[in-house]
Amino acid sequence: MSSLTEKDRPIVQLLLNSGTCPRCILRFCCVGSQMLYRCPYKDLMKNLREFLKNNKEKEDTVCFDVVDPPCKRIRLEQMEEGPDDLNHNRALQQIPTVNNENTAIENSALKVCNVCLGILQEFCEIDFVKKVCQKVNSSDYQFTSFVFSVSLPPQLSVRERAAWLLVKQEMGKLGLSLAKEDIVQLKEAYKWIIHPQLSEELGVPADGKSLFEVSVVFAHPETDEECRFLATACPDCFKPAKNKQSVFTRMAVIKALEKIKEEDFLMHFPCPPSSPMNLSVALEIQCNNGAVFVAGRYNKYSRNLPQTPWIIDGERKLESSVEELISEHLMAEFKADSFNFSSSGREDVDVRTLGNGRPFAIELVNPRRIHFTAEEMKGLQQTINNSSDKIQVRDLQLVTRSAIGRMKEGEEEKTKTYSALIWTDKAIQREDIAFLDDIKELKLDQKTPLRVLHRRPLAVRCRIIHTMKSEYIDEHHFRLHLKTQAGTYIKEFVHGDFGRTKPNIGCLLNRTADILELDVESVDVDWPPTLEN
Amino acid sequence: RICVITLAEAHPLLQNGKTITSINYQISANCSRLQNKVSGKSKRGAQFLTELAPLCRISSSDGEEYTIYSCIRGRLIEVNENILSNPALLQEKPSTEGYIAVILPKFEESKSVTQGLLTQKEYEEVLLKRLNSSS
Repeated sequence: MSSLTEKDRPIVQLLLNSGTCPRCILRFCCVGSQMLYRCPYKDLMKNLREFLKNNKEKEDTVCFDVVDPPCKRIRLEQMEEGPDDLNHNRALQQIPTVNNENTAIENSALKVCNVCLGILQEFCEIDFVKKVCQKVNSSDYQFTSFVFSVSLPPQLSVRERAAWLLVKQEMGKLGLSLAKEDIVQLKEAYKWIIHPQLSEELGVPADGKSLFEVSVVFAHPETDEECRFLATACPDCFKPAKNKQSVFTRMAVIKALEKIKEEDFLMHFPCPPSSPMNLSVALEIQCNNGAVFVAGRYNKYSRNLPQTPWIIDGERKLESSVEELISEHLMAEFKADSFNFSSSGREDVDVRTLGNGRPFAIELVNPRRIHFTAEEMKGLQQTINNSSDKIQVRDLQLVTRSAIGRMKEGEEEKTKTYSALIWTDKAIQREDIAFLDDIKELKLDQKTPLRVLHRRPLAVRCRIIHTMKSEYIDEHHFRLHLKTQAGTYIKEFVHGDFGRTKPNIGCLLNRTADILELDVESVDVDWPPTLEN
Repeated sequence: RICVITLAEAHPLLQNGKTITSINYQISANCSRLQNKVSGKSKRGAQFLTELAPLCRISSSDGEEYTIYSCIRGRLIEVNENILSNPALLQEKPSTEGYIAVILPKFEESKSVTQGLLTQKEYEEVLLKRLNSSS
């Protein structure tokens, strides 16, 4: 909350001489006024030089201040500076007649700051802001706020450390100390400057919790090797990770900087840091929207449709899939990069899902469009239903990420009801199957079915058949309705799976039985909420 | 591809008049098929079998002892303990409840394993030949 005072003078001089930009100088002098950082670069430079020229003839506390109109983009935070300061400043401010020395220096080409490598210089200018906004607008996202995230090259931390050591040393001479925590962080200062500008160009506020992220990656190839000395000084901080290109990540560098001793640091790294030839570059400007979730229930009417695409060795074995038929239209409407489909359990390719259908949720990754009214969702539902007779969806709605948990709990805990068409080898009469209706809470021991054993661990599952209802058809056929615990293998309960599911229909009827058809009649999960039609 | 090992149709044990007295999964001092333990999807810890690895030894009431071999390479997943308690099952339902063992060949060897086997038709031809040559 301070401006520059007398005691800052030697620091300012030192840093300016070593090639540090005005905003970094303000940072190292712990100036906390956001407004100051937002002032145009040229004005800051000019006023710093003014400040330096003002010698002890003036009052002890010299206020470094910048008057309007130079700062056009300042918001009401200006309240920090009282009217007194303004008057005081006018007296101090020199009218644009500068002496020769100053002109020469000011007119020289912009020196790239040796601490921020240009981040607080070039990349605070309106040109860059416009470049970012151009990328945002051309990417065609729907958003109501944004969060701006910045990735800085690791060598910035090294240079920051060198500058701090330099300043600390100088202040030590004055009998003063400077804690690392008091220095204004580069990222923070950068955001002070750029947020209002971005906000104005995009027309929406900056919000840390926003789902829409604009991210920029900065790099400075010229100084990339500067972190290398840390590897010899602190080798255990830099373990090669398989999926990272460079071992010198920001985190690793910061850790090493914490460990390294001051003397060692100064031995290997110039203090003050050298002036680079080039500015940093903005490698990537990317936009990303947080995922949206669409939930509903699906019915499956085909006995030839897998849940997920069935591809072996690059060859598709069966046409389409439940998830593709549903997601295709959502992807198009939401303009997402990709999707993740999950459901409360699933059925085999040859099993139909009837009744209210099975709950599902689709995560749409990086959607361009995120706002849909209930009407629009209904329209989407209709589109999906019109596009295929193999599946139908209902209760299509937007949900939150946390809602997925409810769906998954349904998979493990809730009951399901089925209808099975069963064949027997030896003839049956009505009386032979009637007793099935009276069996309640039948306990099964099911070893992992042979048909999935190649991809599941071998185990024994205890499952319960709650109720059964039989429907006699003829001497070799009957239909069985069952209500079972989640995770019960119905087909194996019918044919016995080589005796590995006990008891089974075959042994209950003392015959060999097999299943001809299976339908899911209901999935007893009351999520997602039923929508009125 | 999961494989289920069962007695072939023409096996002596499945011919009339044979009664099984015992089935023994202990095939050597150190190795009992009953102690086979597998864990996880990749069935770690399974006993690895080659074609000539014995699965079990079956004794019949007429004093004969038959060794049942794996006949294929792969990991032993499980042996059928139901036939230990009910040996008749092996003869009554040799191709279903009376199976001997379940084996999972290596994924890469899946094709070669299948190709090394006879189809039902080829097997019947072998049986016919046997019948003709002995008569």
